[in-house]
Amino acid sequence: MSEKEEKKKGWKDLPIGGVLLIPGSAHDYSTGGWRKFRPILDEEKCTDCKICWVMCPDSAVKVEDGKMVGFDLEHCKGCGICAVECPDKVKAITMVEEEENK
Amino acid sequence: MAVEEKNTRCQVGLTGNSAVAYAMKQINPDVVAAYPITPSTGVMEEFSSYHADGKVDTELITVESEHSAMSACVGAAAAGARVMTATSSQGLALMWEVLYIASGMRLPIVLACVNRALSAPINIHCDHSDSMGARDSGWIQLYSETVQEAYDNMLQAVRIAEHPDVLLPVMICLDGFITSHAIENLCTLSDSEIKEFIGQYKPRHSLLDTDNPVTFGALTLQDNYIEIKRQQSQAMDMAKDVILSVGKDFEDSFGREYGFLESYRMEGADVAIVILSSAAGTTKVAVDELRRSGKNVGLVRPRVFRPFPYKELSEELKGVKAVAVLDRVDSMSSFGGPLFVETRSAMYGLENAPAVIGRVFGLGGRDYRVADAVDVFELLLNIKDTGNVDKVVDYITVRE
Repeated sequence: MSEKEEKKKGWKDLPIGGVLLIPGSAHDYSTGGWRKFRPILDEEKCTDCKICWVMCPDSAVKVEDGKMVGFDLEHCKGCGICAVECPDKVKAITMVEEEENK
Repeated sequence: MAVEEKNTRCQVGLTGNSAVAYAMKQINPDVVAAYPITPSTGVMEEFSSYHADGKVDTELITVESEHSAMSACVGAAAAGARVMTATSSQGLALMWEVLYIASGMRLPIVLACVNRALSAPINIHCDHSDSMGARDSGWIQLYSETVQEAYDNMLQAVRIAEHPDVLLPVMICLDGFITSHAIENLCTLSDSEIKEFIGQYKPRHSLLDTDNPVTFGALTLQDNYIEIKRQQSQAMDMAKDVILSVGKDFEDSFGREYGFLESYRMEGADVAIVILSSAAGTTKVAVDELRRSGKNVGLVRPRVFRPFPYKELSEELKGVKAVAVLDRVDSMSSFGGPLFVETRSAMYGLENAPAVIGRVFGLGGRDYRVADAVDVFELLLNIKDTGNVDKVVDYITVRE
């Protein structure tokens, strides 16, 4: 049973005290809805140093086969740390207002 | 001074603090985390002696503050341990935010609260400002009149807290100095009787159970928070049946009766005082005096304040003409103390509901004498005769 199905349960059926019974289920809980600014990656500029991946306070920088491939927008809260930490000579990440980007 | 191992039954003279510490020693909890504060210090002082002497198997965590004490209790309880602590006054105030976490996570921690006034001005003596401030923190609260009751409540608290229908922390309250430091004769139980009565704690979940990993206290927003609080509210409601059944089992096993409230000479009573804890003893003397002179007065002493036994209380008081609810705390709402407000609310809607007045008394350890109780009864008898309530809420035992 996924967390998404659990959300629909009434109070009598939810685990006592809101205990989560499924390990590693934070991934199933979308928290990207808070985001005001969205990170946009310029793949041309990106050098794959992965400093953004290290510094992201969530796990919202996606890396596949050692290559930075973008952002997990289900969990990115738009804090902009990745854009700040991206080296000055690179600056491959810009933060754009969500509203303008829709 | 540790209590002798042998079961001396009903010939033990102990202070309230010693009796609570002895109950903790006999319960032999897995974890105790505490920080000393007057007047509850004696509890931890004696319990740490039991610990140092190897009389308990408890992991004793001596922390640097009460906030840490309750935090350590929460962690240990989430790990599946049977956990206890004790505090008073500012100590309970410093535990505040963690009290809500203990109840919200449904952790059956037992806390002995030795009631003491809150600063400012600083005062170490008895009133109920500390525990009454925590009345909405989701803890069950039992108020003890005597050393015997404090001891018995500690034992029952374990069963109530850990019951699968409840799983809420329980606060046992006893009056600072008046009960905590006064020696009374009491009946203790043997270790084996207590072991059998409280049974073994089987936690629903344990953080140490790595085969079945769980997360406590995860982020719970608009989609689930109210459901989790609704569960918690239900647990407090279910606690009513559990408190009664545990009390019945205690009575069947050991002969002492415990319910929601104690009624004293309420048969045919015209007026009544409602009061908590040790001050009920003083009030009983006044009841006896007035009954001897033909005045029909009585007393109702709630033992359980959370959950609030509103039905039973209104049932008990519905036949009288006037009730005074005496609070050893002021809510500073300009409408009296919490016991008054809730008792008066419980009476609303009754046919021929009695007049209900509130009086704040005894703050910061101010004496509440038999004469003070007699004065309140005389006022109630006057209200009964004239129907005139001059002041709904007021102070007594205060210099004008």
